[in-house]
Amino acid sequence: MKAITFKGHLVESFKSLKRNGWMSVAAFSAVTVTLLLVGVLLSIIMNVNKIASDIENDVQVRVLIDRGTTSQQRKVLKKNLSELDSIHSIKFSSKEQELKNVVGSYGNEFKLFGGDDNPLNDVYVVKTKKPSQTVTVAKKARTMKHVYDAKYGGASAKKLFRIVDGIQKWGIGISLLLLFVAVFLISNTIKITILSRRNEISIMRLVGATNSFIRWPFILEGAWTGLFGAILPIIVVDIGYVWVHGILSASLASTGYRLLSPGVFLVQIDILMILIGILIGAIGSGLSMRRFLRI
Amino acid sequence: MIEFKHVFKEYDNKVIAANDFTITIKQGEFVYVVGPSGAGKSTFIKMMYREEIPTSGQIKINEFELEKIKNKEIPFLRRELGVVFQDFKLLPKLTVFENVAYALQVIEKSPEKVKERVERVLELVGLADKTDVFPNELSGGEQQRIAIARAIANKPRILIADEPTGNLDPGTANDIMEIIERINKKGTTVVMATHNSSIVNERKHRVIEIDDGRVIRDQKRGGYKDESNNL
Repeated sequence: MKAITFKGHLVESFKSLKRNGWMSVAAFSAVTVTLLLVGVLLSIIMNVNKIASDIENDVQVRVLIDRGTTSQQRKVLKKNLSELDSIHSIKFSSKEQELKNVVGSYGNEFKLFGGDDNPLNDVYVVKTKKPSQTVTVAKKARTMKHVYDAKYGGASAKKLFRIVDGIQKWGIGISLLLLFVAVFLISNTIKITILSRRNEISIMRLVGATNSFIRWPFILEGAWTGLFGAILPIIVVDIGYVWVHGILSASLASTGYRLLSPGVFLVQIDILMILIGILIGAIGSGLSMRRFLRI
Repeated sequence: MIEFKHVFKEYDNKVIAANDFTITIKQGEFVYVVGPSGAGKSTFIKMMYREEIPTSGQIKINEFELEKIKNKEIPFLRRELGVVFQDFKLLPKLTVFENVAYALQVIEKSPEKVKERVERVLELVGLADKTDVFPNELSGGEQQRIAIARAIANKPRILIADEPTGNLDPGTANDIMEIIERINKKGTTVVMATHNSSIVNERKHRVIEIDDGRVIRDQKRGGYKDESNNL
């Protein structure tokens, strides 16, 4: 295609958008509603994913070391632990350090257990490369010498992994479903606009326009529709996210988990919404054209 | 050059619209295709620009052999033909200039060439002063003149007209015929379906008469008496 022709198509598609008035508005609305849903859902999924992975990364095996273990024996134990598969890091935490953590979390009453009364064990905090590997690592650690016990959160950790896995799978599933619905919705709306222009298409064919020549302005028009349809969802999602982020951050502060901060995240979501809008607009338009271009 | 050899066309509802058409039309000829409504005139015309596909037989339009033509070649066949209809078939949302220019943009002519050619054909049909007007602001005769301007914009060797004066009063119809004859004098083949007997009888040319899907007459400078319609 010549550049001049493409430029012509670009101008033509834009003009046609204006000329088709209400039909264009109908198509815009379809894109707007869909992108709004996609935008909100994406924000939720991405944040859930972020918190889920934060929680996942927090999961660790706590290997409690027998009291009276010498530092030499502890080194051997550390070496044995590090030789296990899928170990990410091993950190030593003395029983004094452990007591400090307990006092920090539960209050000064526990200070009573200081010094020789300290009932806690020295601990190796082991992180695995994947959270699901903690179970195996804990089991193996228990069989090692000088290990009093190995804890990994037990049933609650397993449950957590299941939930995280579920959210990720469902999130992706729902997003895909929503995009499919969007293409369908937009392709149908555009089909109606094209239906009202069937006559126009038949005249184009009559004067010897090739199918691609006819198709391009419609595809570009779909892309414009997607682009303009993305404006309102972007505004709503951006303002809404900043607002929700403000509220939720305050209540999440004590847990130590954080939502994705608006800056970069919103730019990413905005670009994504524009791209999705343009893509579904163009694909929807292209799909609904096919029927009218059969000879 | 238009050649039909033993062309049959049977529609799905079993109506036979073309029963063994064998017709040759030489370059530069002016041919009326006459006959009552439903005789098969439009089918004959539509088969030329591949809007209808014959059930059997061979059709040759210039160098295009239509029984062998591929779908993607059809636009190129149509660029060799200018087609004019009774209902004008203009794009209502485009101005007069844009309507005519469209036929040239399709074949990717440069904007300068498009402008030059559109101005020339609009002058030829006497509408040079209406470039920025939309079709629905014009009379039927003016709209038909735009349709003719569009049909001849890319200098086709053949002009096909399906009842081009059907919706027009006699005076306007006469103006349209003047234009079509002028185009024919410049060497363009004209095939015109009509049942307007006064035009056929006043402006004598070759007449092909079709009735009930058969060619019943092919006469060099013939006349026509329309029994169903005394226009």
